[in-house]
Amino acid sequence: MRVLRYLLKKEFRQIFRDKIILAMMFAMPTIQLIIFPLAMNFDVKSVNIAVVDNDHSSYSQQLVAKIGASGYFKIVAAEPSFQSAIRYIETEKADVLLEIPPNFESHLIREGKQRIGVSVDAINGTKAAIGGNYLLMVIADFNKDIPVNMGRNMAAPAGMIDIAYSNWFNPLAEYRFYVVPAILVLLLTLIGGSMSALNIVREKEVGTIEQINVTPIQKWEFILGKLIPFWVVGMIVFTIGLLVAWGVYGIWPVGSFVTLYVFAAVYMVALLGFGLLISTYTSNQLQAMFVAFFFVMIFMLMSGLFTSVDSMPPWAKLIANLTPVTHFIRVIRMIVLKGSGFADVYMELLYLGLFAIVLNGWAIFNYRKTS
Amino acid sequence: MEEKVIVCKDLTKRFGDFYAVNKISFEVDKGEIFGFLGANGAGKTTAMRILCGLSHPTSGEAMVAGFDVYKQAEEIKKNIGYMSQKFSLYENLTVLENIEFFGGVYGVPYAEIRRRSDNLVQQLGLTAEAKKLVGALPLGWKQKLAFSVAIFHQPRIVFLDEPTGGVDPVTRRQFWDMIYEAAASGITIFVTTHYMDEAEYCNRITIMVDGKVEALDSPANLKAQFKADNMDEVFYRLARGAKRSGD
Repeated sequence: MRVLRYLLKKEFRQIFRDKIILAMMFAMPTIQLIIFPLAMNFDVKSVNIAVVDNDHSSYSQQLVAKIGASGYFKIVAAEPSFQSAIRYIETEKADVLLEIPPNFESHLIREGKQRIGVSVDAINGTKAAIGGNYLLMVIADFNKDIPVNMGRNMAAPAGMIDIAYSNWFNPLAEYRFYVVPAILVLLLTLIGGSMSALNIVREKEVGTIEQINVTPIQKWEFILGKLIPFWVVGMIVFTIGLLVAWGVYGIWPVGSFVTLYVFAAVYMVALLGFGLLISTYTSNQLQAMFVAFFFVMIFMLMSGLFTSVDSMPPWAKLIANLTPVTHFIRVIRMIVLKGSGFADVYMELLYLGLFAIVLNGWAIFNYRKTS
Repeated sequence: MEEKVIVCKDLTKRFGDFYAVNKISFEVDKGEIFGFLGANGAGKTTAMRILCGLSHPTSGEAMVAGFDVYKQAEEIKKNIGYMSQKFSLYENLTVLENIEFFGGVYGVPYAEIRRRSDNLVQQLGLTAEAKKLVGALPLGWKQKLAFSVAIFHQPRIVFLDEPTGGVDPVTRRQFWDMIYEAAASGITIFVTTHYMDEAEYCNRITIMVDGKVEALDSPANLKAQFKADNMDEVFYRLARGAKRSGD
């Protein structure tokens, strides 16, 4: 215990003496939380649309006007032919192309049906898919109004289901509510996964680790001496992150703070174990950085930060569940947005605890004072 | 009979089919200054690392401070000090913080650390620099500080791996004064070096060539044995036949 106290004293002195680390501790959560949620906005607005109206009837004009008025679209071109309009898609000036065929109005009135062409640029998949969907919704809405306007077939739409849609836990379906909790996780992951690894590997590089290995310091003392300071740093950064989320976005956890911090604490131990493990396998900071970066990248991409884990193929879902990040992101969203209680999420705590034990156990096993 | 603090017999360290240390045997007496000479790559550092418990031997026997290097490496560590080739105090800690840290992990009581470090800083003439970061000190001072830290907990043996590399002659001289002082207080000194004039300061020296001990005696006896005027000649005669080139 005495030895551990000296180790901690030394680590804290070194960490808090490093002005860059200190600045990063405050700058990282603040800047990431301010920039990312704004930049990672998947709400699609202003889809650029090119229109080819081959009909020039009052109906076709009504449809185009309705699309323009929906608020989601910006009509960038009205072209005489498909060939000239597709140029807009090719040069990325338009995301969606709507082609209204000749005799659109007369077919609609006489036959009660009409096909129209919608072409989307699928390179920006999200924007295209969402833009295409919006367009279909606008057209469906337009469609619904036709019989009414025609003053006939009044009884025809019997049994039509009108869906009343409401978003729970995030009433306006704003993306930032989805992203901000995940950024908090990202912060802890970066600190846990790389700072501890780099710190130990630096001692290897400089040669001080040999001096440590020749002292009677025990393995567990050395490892705890490294874990505790970074755990404290992680908790400070997490707290700053929560404050920034509240100050900038007004996101205040709905659920209990105790539950949130218990999870953050266990998660931090798991990630520090991961960083420690990397440090036992690498011999310089470049290697450690590269390996940590590789895994953290996979962790983040698979974690459900950007995409929904539920819609991944089974094999990907399996990998996602084998990283601690996925579990923590799931939980933090539940606690912060839904207000889920401990009873709802205790299974996830078991998973995280398991990660913490396995990763740290492996690291301790692999750390050698004697080669 | 004098007390033996290091005893090794047929000590061997093999990396694949390369014998870094090949069946070396010697004994070191308490309070002795034992020099360990050899060209680069002769196996000096490997042998020293084994004796410090940093590296497991492949075969052979070795006892350090009465403890077995195989089974009691941690006991050995409590009784030795070590100063490596690379400077290995923390550059981003101050002089006093480094002393406190290493004193603390060797179990020196806090009050004792304070008392001894005040004396030490005074002796080294570092009073003005006591609260400065070690990284800012000149190399010679760093080396003297590193040696003082290595013997701060009053170990039975201190291992010095090329302690005066890159240090100016005046500081080297002072460094050796410190070594004599430590030896006089009963600490056994085990030192590797490249400098033949330093070899003359040792009570006994061992010359390693290609992982083997080729000579072991006092400097005077070695010179007589090889009919040489100085240690340089003795060393050349032995090292000329080396097959391994320096690194």
